[in-house]
Amino acid sequence: MFLAYLISILILAAIGIILAVSLQLTVGFTGLLNLGHLAFYAIGAYTSALLALAGYPFWFCILTAGVLAMFFGFLISLPINKIKKDYLALATMGFSFVVYAVLLNWTDLTNGPLGLAGIPRPQLFGFDFSQNSNFLLLVAIIALASYLIIKLITISPFGRVLESIRDNELAAKILGKNTFKMKMCAMGASAFFAGVAGSLYAYYITYLDPSSADIMQLIPFLAIVIIGGLGSLEGTVVAAIVLTFLPEPLRFIGFPSSIIGAARQVIYALFLLLILIFKPKGFYGKVKLE
Amino acid sequence: MINLEIKKLNKHFGGVKAVDDCSFEIEKGSITALIGPNGAGKSTVFNLISGIIEADSGNIVFSDRDIVGLSPDKISNLGFSRIFQASSLFDNLTVENNLFLAFDNEDTKFWKNLLGFNKATKIKKEKVKEMLDLVDMEKFRKNPAGDLSFGQKRLIELIRAIINPHSILMLDEPVAGVSPRLREKISKILLKLKEEGETILLIEHDMDFTLNMADKVIVMEKGIVIAEGSPEHIKNNRKVLEAYLGE
Ligand SMILES: Nc1ncnc2c1ncn2[C@@H]1O[C@H](COP(=O)(O)OP(=O)(O)O)[C@@H](O)[C@H]1O
Ligand SMILES: [Mg+2]
Repeated sequence: MFLAYLISILILAAIGIILAVSLQLTVGFTGLLNLGHLAFYAIGAYTSALLALAGYPFWFCILTAGVLAMFFGFLISLPINKIKKDYLALATMGFSFVVYAVLLNWTDLTNGPLGLAGIPRPQLFGFDFSQNSNFLLLVAIIALASYLIIKLITISPFGRVLESIRDNELAAKILGKNTFKMKMCAMGASAFFAGVAGSLYAYYITYLDPSSADIMQLIPFLAIVIIGGLGSLEGTVVAAIVLTFLPEPLRFIGFPSSIIGAARQVIYALFLLLILIFKPKGFYGKVKLE
Repeated sequence: MINLEIKKLNKHFGGVKAVDDCSFEIEKGSITALIGPNGAGKSTVFNLISGIIEADSGNIVFSDRDIVGLSPDKISNLGFSRIFQASSLFDNLTVENNLFLAFDNEDTKFWKNLLGFNKATKIKKEKVKEMLDLVDMEKFRKNPAGDLSFGQKRLIELIRAIINPHSILMLDEPVAGVSPRLREKISKILLKLKEEGETILLIEHDMDFTLNMADKVIVMEKGIVIAEGSPEHIKNNRKVLEAYLGE
């Protein structure tokens, strides 16, 4: 009983890690205030769910989810060449609202507010992942792979260019860097992993509705990115795990589920506030919040 | 040989004519100084050349090519390197990484870097060491650039611009606000670069520093080139003296 509960939390933590480290790539490493992360996540989730419902295999669904999300990541970066950095937040937020509205209203495809039910659990190499313990293994492996790939990006010279853009984009341009292309790559890669996370979520929860694209749900992830420390993947992972588990004890001292959701928001907000006051670089970060 | 030619360049900001019908030429292998009182339009000329702002009219011809309208990174890659008047280091990166960024644009290739095919070569490492030694800052290699003092930042910016491949080096007030000792050091470096045949365009507020250094001096006031010539010629120019005394 407790083990089953623990496994379900661990699955969500692993999906949260993928979302958080990929968000860190744009926000913390490239300095792009990307508020559209959950839109990419939802695009991935719905793509994967629809394909899975149509009978496509797991590997195809998850990759298509990532690639389609990446495509939108590229697309949303096109106008950021023209607009100032501050407006990127607005543009990506607007994108989030649009995706939410589409998921809600394109009922023929998404079933609108009723959502998509009965998404089958994946089967791979003859393994059945309908059991949560097996599914956890799958999610953990993909989370680890995602982490390692993003780590590889950030420690490479390519990641150094991303960080230079975060620190001083004009100076990066003056050194000859095509910062537009760089930002586009960062958004695309970040969206890819958000799409992958969305796919895993759809497989895990087996039921999807448009609330997965609700921009309010981004707040915990922004909190994780900041608390973990801008520019620190290790910090992000630790923060993702801690913040997923933190509100859970409330359950045991008799709080009803309906309050837990709200309590979670309060805890994140409180944590964020404390960090901003006492540790402006987050726990592991090297970049100071401006 | 003429390396860069500015032809009838104009730029206004609202009512201010920051650059007013400016024309001048830069010879290969020489140090050209752009001087003039604060607000004369010197930095604006730099920003126009770098493509950071776009000219209202006029041409900037570099190796027979008009570069007006090109993006800053394209212009940089054609052979321009510069430092800004204000610090423009990547504060959260180490001193060393600030310098490694300057070598080439191989680091903007996603797959090449992800797959590990863009390792820092021995040549690059040696160059970084050599440049850090030149300014006695080898021991700050691993420090975040943001932690350096003002003067140290200027030195790192200078050597970063030198490493960045270029045929013209543009320096916007490299010695403004630095100690006399550092000023001496920087002027030595610039003279050494000149010996090596570098083409340098230098903005400097300080007359003495500039007149000692430059082959040619261009004097701007209120966006207009009011005098041009050798340092000796400029020293005795009445208009120039008025522009400076009138400040
Ligand atoms: N981006 C800008 N927007 C508005 N006005 C500017 C801008 N850049 C420069 N100026 C104005 O143009 C004039 C020339 O400035 P600048 O080129 O910085 O002078 P200098 O470098 O010779 O001291 C000044 O009056 C300045 O206020
Ligand atoms: Mg200036």
